[in-house]
Amino acid sequence: MAKIHVTATVNGDEVEFLCDPQQTLLDVLRDEMGLTGSKEGCGSGDCGACSVMLDGRLVCACLVLGAEVGGRAVETIEGMAKGEQLHPLQDKFLDLAALQCGICTPGVLIAAKALLEKNPDPSETEARFWLAGNLCRCTGYDKIIRAVLETASDMRAK
Amino acid sequence: MVMNLTRESSASDEDLKIVGTRPRRPDGVDKVTGRAKFGADLTLPGMLVGKTLRSPHAHALIKSIDTSKAEALAGVKAVVTRDDFPDMPVEYASAGELVINFYDVTRNMMAREKVLYDGHPVAAVAAISEAIARKALKLIEVKYEILPHVIDVVEAMAPDAPLLHPEQFTQGVEPTPKKASNIAKRVEFSKGDIEAGFKAADIVVEREFNTQPVHQGYIEPQACVVSTTEDGQVEIWTSTQGHFVYRAHCARLLNMDIAKIRVTASEIGGGFGGKNNVYGEPLAIVLSRKSNRPVRMVMSREEVFRATGPTSGANIKIKMGCKKDGTITAAQAELNFQAGAFAGSSVPMAAMCTFTRYDLENLEVVGHDVTVNRPKVAAYRAPGAPIAVFGVESVIDEMAKKAGIDPLDFRLKNAAREGTKAYYGPTFGPIGYVETLEAAKKHAHYKAKLGKDQGRGVATGFWFNIGGETSTSLMVNEDGSVTLTLGTPDVAGGSRAAMAMMVAEEFGIAYDKVRPVIGDTSALGYNFITAGSRATFASGMASVQAARQAIGILCERAAKTWDVPAEGVLWENGHARPASSNVGEFEPLSLADIAKVAGKTGGAIAGHAEINPKGAGPGFGTHIVDVEVDRETGRIKILRYTVVQDAGKAIHPAYVEGQFQGGAVQGIGWALNEEYIYGPDGRLQNPGFLDYRMPVASDVPMIDTVIVEVANPNHPYGVRGIGEVPIIPPMAAIANAVENAIGIRFETLPMSPPRVLAAIDAAAAGNGKG
Repeated sequence: MAKIHVTATVNGDEVEFLCDPQQTLLDVLRDEMGLTGSKEGCGSGDCGACSVMLDGRLVCACLVLGAEVGGRAVETIEGMAKGEQLHPLQDKFLDLAALQCGICTPGVLIAAKALLEKNPDPSETEARFWLAGNLCRCTGYDKIIRAVLETASDMRAK
Repeated sequence: MVMNLTRESSASDEDLKIVGTRPRRPDGVDKVTGRAKFGADLTLPGMLVGKTLRSPHAHALIKSIDTSKAEALAGVKAVVTRDDFPDMPVEYASAGELVINFYDVTRNMMAREKVLYDGHPVAAVAAISEAIARKALKLIEVKYEILPHVIDVVEAMAPDAPLLHPEQFTQGVEPTPKKASNIAKRVEFSKGDIEAGFKAADIVVEREFNTQPVHQGYIEPQACVVSTTEDGQVEIWTSTQGHFVYRAHCARLLNMDIAKIRVTASEIGGGFGGKNNVYGEPLAIVLSRKSNRPVRMVMSREEVFRATGPTSGANIKIKMGCKKDGTITAAQAELNFQAGAFAGSSVPMAAMCTFTRYDLENLEVVGHDVTVNRPKVAAYRAPGAPIAVFGVESVIDEMAKKAGIDPLDFRLKNAAREGTKAYYGPTFGPIGYVETLEAAKKHAHYKAKLGKDQGRGVATGFWFNIGGETSTSLMVNEDGSVTLTLGTPDVAGGSRAAMAMMVAEEFGIAYDKVRPVIGDTSALGYNFITAGSRATFASGMASVQAARQAIGILCERAAKTWDVPAEGVLWENGHARPASSNVGEFEPLSLADIAKVAGKTGGAIAGHAEINPKGAGPGFGTHIVDVEVDRETGRIKILRYTVVQDAGKAIHPAYVEGQFQGGAVQGIGWALNEEYIYGPDGRLQNPGFLDYRMPVASDVPMIDTVIVEVANPNHPYGVRGIGEVPIIPPMAAIANAVENAIGIRFETLPMSPPRVLAAIDAAAAGNGKG
């Protein structure tokens, strides 16, 4: 089957790629663009390790087809820091030891950023339910939730 | 909270500048920006996609395999089956805590005579795309003769059970039985007079427990990239807990020289014992050889569940007796562990950890390692111990209740202490069990009020911890910064940070002047796997020794510069100084000062250590949990959780807390939700994260931690391994809490809503068993 030509925006840059009809956005990001920060933990939308933003909406890149993103804007973990400046969530995760092995971390950070954009003052319960789509097997979630809530508080104070 | 309870003087702690602080981890920025490279993240030019064909049957003879159609498909570059791998003799080696047998490993990575579980590999292909590789798998024709299978451990032990291995005769029984059996091995520990112990008891409690296999649940599936050359060299990039062990196993399985294989450990996206064993690596090597192209093999989540090791499901029987005053007089356990398709479960370790928290006169532990038609089990955090301890700590709680004694006091009365001789051999040095019990008792959590249908439970855990072969080297660079090369993959816990902190402390330089990296297998001598909570203990000790060797050289160089005897120079606060005024008056030389002129004083300065340290201090922990049981839905909610554990010395307290919290939540999953569900056809029905339900953020509360520090005298900073213990107590602690909440004792895991609801209904009908 012929490949499909797609033009989209990824982390602010206009990109073009060819993809098979069955290739997911995650496949395209990882295999066609070399953006391996988004991870495949399950391929079925259950673990959240491939969380990205698509036109401002949080999605699992493994559940979106590459061909679907034509004309749309994708944001991945690679675009989260601005130049040398880490996003406050990235800084806080480092300071509070909110990551261990790091395989879930890109997805958790993308999801947490989406939360704070929607709700700058989440309760612990809101943060826990928002991040319930992001599996982490190392941390027991404690330090992740603390980092998200502290970042929210810092960002509100600014 | 960190409580330093070392009985000796802890004055030296006050001199520590870096150890005990909470700096950022050296791998942190890469991990928050997506740069960190994991197993599946490497791409090589011309790389092929490797895929594995797996058995759909639980037990079947392989009559024939026809790969001709797959080989003829355009884009397929190589196909391998059992015929591409040499058979292996019976030959044992260690992989993490568990022992492997190459005769079995070669059969597990690629079925030979039979398939023994749903998911067992029967062929593999390498093709130019994922789609072609998948298509090729469908073109491989395997003819099977289906055999009866057995999934349940108790059924597998029956004399007439379907037999997995006709050549397997129970080891550990004298004389060796003449009839083949699924019971691969019997292990036993005993002490004192068990009959007399029960006779002396006022209270005897006997219960039978059943647990399900649970998976390590690392979020990164197994992944490797292999490249071979025409002259027989092999490069492997893989997600592993021990790249030296993988190298050794690949070399043995393919009859190769070890020196021809170079393994680089990628960042590892979780392991917990599950990445101690090769799966795809030997297949990828042969696919790469046959195709003369690099090959990447990445498992799907379904493959991870169907074919990589969970820990054992088990049937266990615990009988204990005590006096009215709470003194335990007898303790007896039978542990029947599923090994999966090949012998070698964690039952020997479980047997070591069953009653070890208590100082007992009379005991007996018998364990059986039982083959069943399930994937071969692998280590999972404190392998085996959580299963046995779930039973023991449940029975202890019941005895305490019958004796009318507070459960922590009951445990304190019988607790192992310094000088207690453990039944598996050693006499304990300084240990912190009593300290964790006392700290738990004092904790505000233990006194907090509870509401309706709420209950509190406690339970404890022990893990022996290990040392093991370790090699480390470090270079003092020309500017005085230090590159530290470690051979123990940082499996998540932050061991790179801990090692760099200890080295910086030794040198007296800033933490960020030390850059730790995980060296590939060509960079260092052999390193055993990162397992058994050994990295910060053993690799830390090697790092400290390497630093001290380099410091010796630095002092010699300063002596040379000052033209004084080497023993006249000492190292203090990052500087070489004259040991006394008798040596002479010299301005202290910093590490950077000496490093800058190293070329002129004798060449580059380095340190290394190759050790096999003993004396890993045993670890003990006490957990407190509050639960609420929803009588309508059967859901158990974790309201509050506190982990108290002896860390010996917390090099980086935040990472110690992280181990406590992560282990506890894995235990919560084990207790409440996680299980393998097999159909009557012997096929796994829930090989995905939606149906194999691990805890998510909204399932758990914050996990409070108390780090107790009773220093391990065998480590320069007092470190004990801490990674294993936190997963041991949760199942019993939660079962005890549930019993206190609703009066129902659960003897079967997981305590999932349907099971809880059924037990509540049964209790209402007059049968109070879970």
